[in-house]
Amino acid sequence: MDLSEINFAVLVASLIVASTPLVLAALGELIVEKSGVLNLGVEGMMIIGAVAGFIVGVETGSAYIGMIAAAVAGALLSLLFAFIILIMQANQVASGLALTIFGLGIAALMGHPYTGIKSPQISTISIPILSEIPILGTMFFQHDLIVYLSLISVLTIWYFLTRMRAGLILRSVGEDHDVAHSLGYRVITIRFLAIVFGGAMAGVGGGYLSLFRVPQWTEGMTAGAGWIALALVVFSGWRPFRLLIGAYIFGGITILQLNLQAIGVNINIAVLSMAPYLATILALVVISMSRFRGNRGAPGCLGRSFVKTI
Amino acid sequence: MKRVIKFLSASFIFAVMVLNANLAISADYKVGFIYIGPPGDHGWNYQHDVGRKAVDEAFGGKVETVFQENVPESADAERVMTQMALAGADMIFATSFGYMDPVINVAKKFPKVKFEHATGYKTADNVSTYSARFYEGRSVVGHIAGKMTKSNTIGYVASFPIPEVVRGINSAYLAAKKANPNVEFKVIWIFTWYDPAKEADAAKTLISQGADVILQHVDSSAIMTVAEEAGVYAFGQASDMSAFGPNAHLTAIINGWAPYYVEKVKQGMAGTWKGGEQTFDGIGAGMVIIGDLNDKIPASVKKEAMAIRDGIAAGTLHSFTGPINKQDGSPWLKAGETADVGTLLGMNFYVEGIEGDIPK
Repeated sequence: MDLSEINFAVLVASLIVASTPLVLAALGELIVEKSGVLNLGVEGMMIIGAVAGFIVGVETGSAYIGMIAAAVAGALLSLLFAFIILIMQANQVASGLALTIFGLGIAALMGHPYTGIKSPQISTISIPILSEIPILGTMFFQHDLIVYLSLISVLTIWYFLTRMRAGLILRSVGEDHDVAHSLGYRVITIRFLAIVFGGAMAGVGGGYLSLFRVPQWTEGMTAGAGWIALALVVFSGWRPFRLLIGAYIFGGITILQLNLQAIGVNINIAVLSMAPYLATILALVVISMSRFRGNRGAPGCLGRSFVKTI
Repeated sequence: MKRVIKFLSASFIFAVMVLNANLAISADYKVGFIYIGPPGDHGWNYQHDVGRKAVDEAFGGKVETVFQENVPESADAERVMTQMALAGADMIFATSFGYMDPVINVAKKFPKVKFEHATGYKTADNVSTYSARFYEGRSVVGHIAGKMTKSNTIGYVASFPIPEVVRGINSAYLAAKKANPNVEFKVIWIFTWYDPAKEADAAKTLISQGADVILQHVDSSAIMTVAEEAGVYAFGQASDMSAFGPNAHLTAIINGWAPYYVEKVKQGMAGTWKGGEQTFDGIGAGMVIIGDLNDKIPASVKKEAMAIRDGIAAGTLHSFTGPINKQDGSPWLKAGETADVGTLLGMNFYVEGIEGDIPK
């Protein structure tokens, strides 16, 4: 065992890449849940984003146009969910699960002619000056555009939820839709927008998998990332920065345990494989316990259908 | 969450099976296949599906095949096979190691249905097993890897610590060590057969630690894509994967199930099929095929690799020929002695020179 064989700069850089799909999808779901809707279809929206992004990316030769297509595809699929639960008032849990199954199936169908095709070239953006700092430069300043965008999204969503009136309205709809309704806010419209935003973010997260992280299309390639994103939202107590930390811990331990294995560390590997999940849960539980005791941040109307009374 | 997923996949599988049951009514002989992942993986499952299609073709309309993809290695597998048997399947191919106990359980309930289980070791009156000597192919790729590495570090992405995978690591290591005494193996276990993102992460990690040739015993082609991008070498697993990395792809160990499947279905129809048999074929029988060699491999190495392949096929060469010690230094094979099938099928130790432990 020789720790010096691990390249920690590369390790941090790869943990950021590994976590980015989770960050993106989970941020979208956070907004959806803050509006009082539980969409369990994240996995389905991610995979549809992955396949649509890959197809468009290959056809246009641009990974970034592919990412736009991924967002559109995720949003389109979420429209279906929005219609079913907001207009038809169907059960959110069942509809979300159905969305996942539907997404996985249709993605496999769409992607069939695209297995075994090379993905378009991607360029990383080295931030001038900063990227030349030894170690730190490799870690943080030589990534693709999407990584930077994911960090900006965390900041933006935090600002939106805590500092903007629109964010307050969104949260009030999620806390108590009847009160929000009686105050004159359009509960259905706001939830509709939140769901579509969540779909687009999940789509982008999926597109990042197929266009940047792996990068290729294979059936079932999300392999449960959508479920981890869902769990992150809950464990982070619906807070964007904790969500980011949680995602990075998850990605970090995942990459670290691979590195430890490769240098031949004598630790039970089943424990190592379990470590990302344990560490993420533990870390987020500890954060939530120490401050803001009692305030878990769960929206009051999460998962409940809104029936217009008047 | 897990329970929800389980419930979901169960109901989904049930729905699909009902559909399949309705479809499979016309032919005289019905054969079912269950796959651990999607046939579109261009790896393990893809080749089983190639075998299934060969059965379709060989018997025309007389045989009808049905398949179920993404079947978990759990009670779900029992449910799927039970449903297939109820729907009139005469023979079922269960194509992953973890279906072993489910196969035995379902076989008890349906004594008239013939079961063929891939890579397992439990048999019954109506259960036979079949496996390929993939380790023979790994001798060939191990040799090429040993010759092609410049950093003398070879990465190995492994799935589960079962004898089949351990055998592959040992075989590749012995061949690489013989070709290049300075090689070192770095092994990462990812505890999944198919997770492109995890496989890619493992490959990237190995590359960041200096590996310039990556071997894999997992099913997707993600590692090939990563290798191509990083400018290192890799080998196709189960299928030819050169489309994913024309420069990285040195060759592939291709699984040739088709002749076996056609033969077994023929026996099943003729009534000559026997349970309790354990087929273990390799390069000689065409169950393991070495793919095209990349032109990046020097002609001399190509020649040596082909000589190893042909020697194994002819039976003059064995991947495990003594003297070989176990990892702890205790002797395993005396000079000139070759490994017996029993030890190979249950192999749970590294040979001398490999570092690290096999997870338990």
